[in-house]
Amino acid sequence: MPETLRLVPRRLAAGVLVLWGAATLAFLALHLVPGDVVDTVLGPGTAATPALREQIRLDYGLGDPLAVQYLRQLADLAHGDLGRSYQLGLPVSQVLEGQVAPTVELALTATALALLIAFAAAVLTAGRGRVVRSLASGLELLAVSVPSYWLGILGLTFLSYRFGLLPAAGDSGPAALLLPALTLALPIGGVLARVVRQELDEASGRPFALTVRARGGTERTLLLRHTLRHAALPVATLSGWIVGSLLGGAVLTETVFARPGLGRVLVTAVTSKDVPVVTALVLLSAAAFVVVNLLVDLAYPVIDPRLRGAGTGVAV
Amino acid sequence: MSALAQVAGRGARLGMPVAPALAALVLALWAVAVAAPGLLVAADPDATDVVAALRPPGGAHPFGTDELGRDVLSRVVHGARLSLTIGFGATALGVAGGLLLGLLAASGGRRLDQLVMRVQDVLLAFPELLLALLVVTVVGSGTGNVLVAIGVAAVPTYARLVRGQALTVIRSGYVEAAAALGVRRPLVVVRHVLPNVAGPLLVLATIGTGTTVISGSALSFLGLGAAPPAAEWGAMLSDGREFLATAWWTATFPGLAIVSVVLSVTVLGRHLQGRSTRGEGRP
Repeated sequence: MPETLRLVPRRLAAGVLVLWGAATLAFLALHLVPGDVVDTVLGPGTAATPALREQIRLDYGLGDPLAVQYLRQLADLAHGDLGRSYQLGLPVSQVLEGQVAPTVELALTATALALLIAFAAAVLTAGRGRVVRSLASGLELLAVSVPSYWLGILGLTFLSYRFGLLPAAGDSGPAALLLPALTLALPIGGVLARVVRQELDEASGRPFALTVRARGGTERTLLLRHTLRHAALPVATLSGWIVGSLLGGAVLTETVFARPGLGRVLVTAVTSKDVPVVTALVLLSAAAFVVVNLLVDLAYPVIDPRLRGAGTGVAV
Repeated sequence: MSALAQVAGRGARLGMPVAPALAALVLALWAVAVAAPGLLVAADPDATDVVAALRPPGGAHPFGTDELGRDVLSRVVHGARLSLTIGFGATALGVAGGLLLGLLAASGGRRLDQLVMRVQDVLLAFPELLLALLVVTVVGSGTGNVLVAIGVAAVPTYARLVRGQALTVIRSGYVEAAAALGVRRPLVVVRHVLPNVAGPLLVLATIGTGTTVISGSALSFLGLGAAPPAAEWGAMLSDGREFLATAWWTATFPGLAIVSVVLSVTVLGRHLQGRSTRGEGRP
């Protein structure tokens, strides 16, 4: 796929541009927060000598002109240095260390569940009668209308506390992962199911479907070899959105289920005005978005052979 | 609830007016709750009664009572004011910001367009909830700030839509004709561009209100929005969470309230969407 590979540098440049913008935004946020950073570092009600305040100022590099601080922050970021927490006095990377794995584990499980739900629901209902389809679209509507964190609360109330089916909280094995991942997955699965079903329905009405049927291909062959491939395209396009939903959802899911992870760290940081931690997490989410979109761009020609020769790639 | 959803789903599919009408009715009821909650419930939402704490639904308290003996039904009805102000207010802010930026980008020349669009690209790379959390970190917590944060986070989505629609109109023949006739640019925007942008914008804003209502309650749930003892759905969910093991009703009913609003605006939005696409001659 030389055509696709030729596009990579341009996509990379666009991604770097977005990240540079995100870093600038993070820098702005850092300096727009009203009040003295030194007070935040010291914590409420702590008195300090002017000498100590000056020391903190120097430690965080706050004495330099803004332009110098900005360039230094960009340089640090380029080296993978995410800054230093106000509250803990530690490098942000150290604060996030150990919190990444639980969130990634949750997000990956939720993605798998969401895809499973979406494709299962779509395959079971596409091309079916009116009753099945309206039932499915009603359930999809419900799935996207229910706040996922409330779903988690309901799950805890009824599945864990009332009937004792699943563990209530903590991070102990696959059973404890199931309920959080499911609550995170349902709204995403609802959106995807709708998209996949529409695509399956549309694809099965196209001439190529008629050709497959005329050749004596079964509906199963048509689905597995042809129409599902069509349905995979819009799902790939939505990947960036999925990543965003997972990260936003993780903030709430981890809080509801008292799970460790980046979401919990973010909530704590927002509450205590630990801006470097907040900006680092927001930057990381933007980076994840950029990387996923880049991968999706590369995956399009794999999914859809028609895009292999087209030099311009696909408009998203 | 699922029966309602089923009816709603079928209605949205067939274009039957039943589901949208039902949705409008639910929203009208909530509008009454916002404007005059006293008309719907008699009980004081803040009156505590420790003797009657955590009573299950029934009798004088159809939705039960919370840990301080406050009437949950009354708090759900009164909570509409804060919850819906945040949700609808944030959407209004997002739409206003989106209109401004989108129109500016579309009609202000290439340079400006490029600049606005590159900024949008950056902002669209952030999940909306994280962007809102970043804004809350900067401006601080509280109901008003949460409204602003969610509204700001929604701006890029609307700006992108407005710009796209506006560009189509601006490049059309009749705008060229208007320009040739000497009609000034601002008047063109008001007379020709705005009416064409309004339809799709209304559809997106209606569906988007579902998202902002959920985000608003989510931020309050995280303790960043309405402060206790104010009645607000997200905050009530957060309180009720402490008593899940013993009192399911405290966290169930505020959630149902959120779902009823989100479901209604989504059904209504999809109905409007279906009507506008049919109007353009598409299936």
